[in-house]
Amino acid sequence: MSWRGANGLRPWLMQRLSAVYMAGFLLFALGSLAGASSVSFEAWRDWVGQPLVNAAMALFVVALLTHAWVGTRDVLMDYVKPMALRFPLLLLFALIFLISLFWSLRVLFSVAAA
Amino acid sequence: MPVMAVVSILHRISGVAMVLLIPLLVYLFDLSLRNPQGFQTVLAVLNSTPVRLLEVLLVWMLAHHFFAGVRFLVLDMDWGVEKAVARKSAWLVHGAAVVTTLLIAGALL
Repeated sequence: MSWRGANGLRPWLMQRLSAVYMAGFLLFALGSLAGASSVSFEAWRDWVGQPLVNAAMALFVVALLTHAWVGTRDVLMDYVKPMALRFPLLLLFALIFLISLFWSLRVLFSVAAA
Repeated sequence: MPVMAVVSILHRISGVAMVLLIPLLVYLFDLSLRNPQGFQTVLAVLNSTPVRLLEVLLVWMLAHHFFAGVRFLVLDMDWGVEKAVARKSAWLVHGAAVVTTLLIAGALL
């Protein structure tokens, strides 16, 4: 059984891998931000700009949008049966997720480079 | 509706609701990192009373989605698939989501 030919296995696996990564990142971020001494623009930008946090956030964005795409696809395939409606909706969400991906990566990169 | 089905449907509803929030969250993230004024604007929005109530709802959705997701991962490994255990773990998801929401809401409000 080829990887791509394993019907539904790849999205199924991506959904779970992205979930596990996001769970780990959320716990780390919650712990790290809970111990923050001040709420300020500088402190926030410095935190996001730390190389490790910045890279972990970039991976989080990829995981989140992959997870959102697989989930949205599953929901649309289950509840929107007419192809004339399902296809444009899939396209719309693909576009929203792609824009969100490049937009957030650009923000993360700008802070990392600052 | 059996409690396991409620967990499944809430997992879907919370997932779709959070997906619809993604563009707004990316915008707020961008604004918060642009300059000190943008950061203050985001803080002011997040601290306004109506938004705070929505944040509590968002925290509950995220917590529920999180715990229900962990439960699905465990079920995938064939653990706790017996009906009595699956029913208990479904109740545990609802309970853990409410407790987490109360804890975080208490810290935020």
